[in-house]
Amino acid sequence: MSESGLPNADEVVERALSASRADGCVVIVEDVADANVRFANNTTTTNGVRRDRRITVVAIYGKGEEARAGVFSVSGSTDPGEIVAAAELDAKSSSVAEDASPLEEAGVDADFADQPGSTDLSVFSPVLTDLGPAFSRALADGRVLSGFAIHEVRTTYLGTSTGTRRRHVQPTGSIELVERSADGSASTWAGVGTSDFADVSLAAMDERLIGRLGWAKRKIELDAGRYEVIMPPDAVADLVLEIDFAASGREAEDGGSVFSAPEGRTRIGERLTELPFDLFGDPFAPGLESAPFVVASSSGPDSSVFDNGLPIDKVTWLKDGTLSRLRYHRAGARRSKTGFTPSPDNLVLSLHGADRGLDELVANTERGLLLTCLWYIREVDRSNLLLTGLTRDGVYLVENGEVVGAVNNFRFNESPLDLLAKTTEVGRTERALSREWHEWANRTAMPALRVADFNMSSVSPAS
Amino acid sequence: MVANDGGLSEHPIDAIRSAALERATELGCSRAELRIEQIRTQVVAMRDAKVEGTVDDRALGMGLRVIHDGAIGFAGTVALTPDDGRRLADLAVGAAKATALAGGERVELADEPSHGTVDWTASYKIDPTTVPLSDRVARLEAWSTDLLSATAVDHVTATLMSVSEHKYYADTSGTTTTQHRVRLHPSLEALSVGDGSSSFETMRTAAPPVGRGYEYLDGDGWDFPAELAEIPSLLEEKMHSPSVEPGMYDLVIDPTNLWLTIHESVGHATELDRALGYEAAYAGTSFATFDKLGKLRYGSELMHVTGDRTATYGLASVGYDDEGVAAQSFDLVRDGILVGYQLDRRIAKRQGLGRSNGCAFADSPLNIPIQRMANVSLQPGSSDGPTTQDLISGIEHGIYIVGDKSWSIDMQRYNFQFTGQRFFRIENGRIAGQLRDAAYQATTTDFWGSLRALGGKSTYLLCGAFNCGKGQPGQVAPVSHGCPAAVFEGVRILNTRAESGR
Repeated sequence: MSESGLPNADEVVERALSASRADGCVVIVEDVADANVRFANNTTTTNGVRRDRRITVVAIYGKGEEARAGVFSVSGSTDPGEIVAAAELDAKSSSVAEDASPLEEAGVDADFADQPGSTDLSVFSPVLTDLGPAFSRALADGRVLSGFAIHEVRTTYLGTSTGTRRRHVQPTGSIELVERSADGSASTWAGVGTSDFADVSLAAMDERLIGRLGWAKRKIELDAGRYEVIMPPDAVADLVLEIDFAASGREAEDGGSVFSAPEGRTRIGERLTELPFDLFGDPFAPGLESAPFVVASSSGPDSSVFDNGLPIDKVTWLKDGTLSRLRYHRAGARRSKTGFTPSPDNLVLSLHGADRGLDELVANTERGLLLTCLWYIREVDRSNLLLTGLTRDGVYLVENGEVVGAVNNFRFNESPLDLLAKTTEVGRTERALSREWHEWANRTAMPALRVADFNMSSVSPAS
Repeated sequence: MVANDGGLSEHPIDAIRSAALERATELGCSRAELRIEQIRTQVVAMRDAKVEGTVDDRALGMGLRVIHDGAIGFAGTVALTPDDGRRLADLAVGAAKATALAGGERVELADEPSHGTVDWTASYKIDPTTVPLSDRVARLEAWSTDLLSATAVDHVTATLMSVSEHKYYADTSGTTTTQHRVRLHPSLEALSVGDGSSSFETMRTAAPPVGRGYEYLDGDGWDFPAELAEIPSLLEEKMHSPSVEPGMYDLVIDPTNLWLTIHESVGHATELDRALGYEAAYAGTSFATFDKLGKLRYGSELMHVTGDRTATYGLASVGYDDEGVAAQSFDLVRDGILVGYQLDRRIAKRQGLGRSNGCAFADSPLNIPIQRMANVSLQPGSSDGPTTQDLISGIEHGIYIVGDKSWSIDMQRYNFQFTGQRFFRIENGRIAGQLRDAAYQATTTDFWGSLRALGGKSTYLLCGAFNCGKGQPGQVAPVSHGCPAAVFEGVRILNTRAESGR
């Protein structure tokens, strides 16, 4: 038994595999430790330390492309034999799986028997130490702080009846800070993605936001319309992640996706942006490392439980502005005579040679709107990936290279593909945190963008 | 333990409770609440009548919330032994102490009588998670095959989500509850690619998710064969319909669409924790601030909105909430005026509002309870009030909207934009075909101020969602919204193709 009161994860994998009576079996143990703290109204509010463990068993009957599968998962310390039996029951009653592929031997990690990673509230010690004085100062200055910090360490153990034994430790952290004026008329946000909080300074975030709140001393009301906008990397992540979410090969071939071409074809090979953008995921991207093998606890249009354990390599979705890949599981790739394309759990947008920072983009602006982040983003039209959403916590008017005041919020209607096509200037790629999606997509690196004719559809009175 | 505990009694519940609550008391906690839950979630996803993926998940674990020296602490684990119960108390107290170092207001809870040891079970006939996978697959397969046989339909996606939730709760005030509820969400969408002369279109069922058992698929609460029979012709008609002319229109909104507008513009706006700033960094705040209670004109005098955790088949319905408060029903908006908020015990006490109205909920044993949405419902007109057809007959030039699709609202719940499954043109009191590319956009109080007529009780329908998001770490709650069909005068309709610059 480990300290948590749970049996060792590698042993759970072995016990489940030996309980298997099927032709093939995959066992995934995901062990999660996390700690979080939330604050609002200049006070800490909720918190938590959690220990989760989910065991997923995929039972497989039959061979190769004729196999049937059943999937069952349980959290907690249930007898692995019970989970295997439940998965086998479902597999027996199933038809041949659409995504059936041979289970492979996909390697053995030397650290497979190691204990899972862990975390606790001590990871936030420097943050909590800075938070008390930040609250006092905010109270004295008439500002209201709120925010959230979370650190999760997810250790995945994956074993198959074909001998695969993979282990991956994924730390994921983020901290967000919102500062509002006491009357609620001005607000601003900062968010940072991190793996260990060693690179986080709450005091520095606080200083930066105090400066930004100062920009709101002058308030400017602007009407809806099409504006030149300067989007910081975080706001770019909010929209560009939707390109990744929509990059399903099967859905494109079915004809109901922005990446569909007539007669069951896809738009792979089509130039989508004039600027030669690269958009890619890479398990080995420095600072953004993610699992280098497939972990699929259920099958979907482009992910398959049969592919568990197979390596994930770098995938370039857009190469020099041209759509070059869509997501496919092995069975889908075979049917479509294309490459197996599993998705890394990170996303990077870059333009070769772009090295300017956000401040330089602002300094180069004659008249435009500097955004902070976006919110409540939803798909309006799947055929062109039109999204709606709001600007949030800071829209600033830039004139002749200087921020001259804070502007009201807007509802926008824009497609991220149109956005990249309308981009006129690109900054250097840096770590970014999508405020909208970081809970599901924490690891992103994006450049700041200057975009022409961004559609601010209506004014939002919200602040 | 009782029979409906879903197997929770296989675990040493009483010993865990004693260990956790006694350890918390020993450590000086003024209060502790233990939840042990088992949540079974099943999903079948099909594409073109073939299984694409399945989920069958049994989440089992426990969470302990304590109040220690006026600070809240929470810890959760999937390990279920008495030792783990004691350890959880140590961890929760540690969390309370660690975060209190950064300063914090003292937490007190509104009074609630002890309810002793009680059981509650929702109304259902067949727990949907007891239905074999092969039966669920066969049902979706048959419905998908019917849709695929229509010439207008190129592809069909179908999903069925089934949940069974067993919850044990015990606190240091002597309330011990055992509760069981179920829910079901079937959904089918047909896609038409057409001949390539225009963009593709989809048509999805408007059947709502419900707090019912598997009998829902056999006609208890919805006529699936009837709706599915209409989908291909509706889709074909939509493919050949004109793009909407943007402008101001009178709208008749069906409950299958209006529920989501209620959810976003009334449900979230009347959560008092939001209005007080406790969600400022995430879900947002509210224009309906506390100083406006009893004064804010939310909408026209026809507007009567209630919150409840008691509606039969309601997705937010329970016997007792996650702070041991008995389920209630209450007014939020009466005669168009803001008269109430959704509360948990901390917020009720803080604002001096007396008893909590029972809106505390945690979506998992590993998450801390926070204020979550009750079933927030717009009350209909009288029993002999207008039918939907009557409402349409009264419109000269307008649009009738059915089914929800895209939704978005700002962080203070002013500015929203919604699309739908079916936008029907109304000319001189009659339906005159469908429209494509429509969305409605408005400011909450303008929109509700434009409410001109309510359908009668015959038009009332309980709709809702499984996936209402709030809180950090994110929590997902199921919630229902009942409403009649209703008429709104002069609402802005956008053309989404034009919005995209096309």
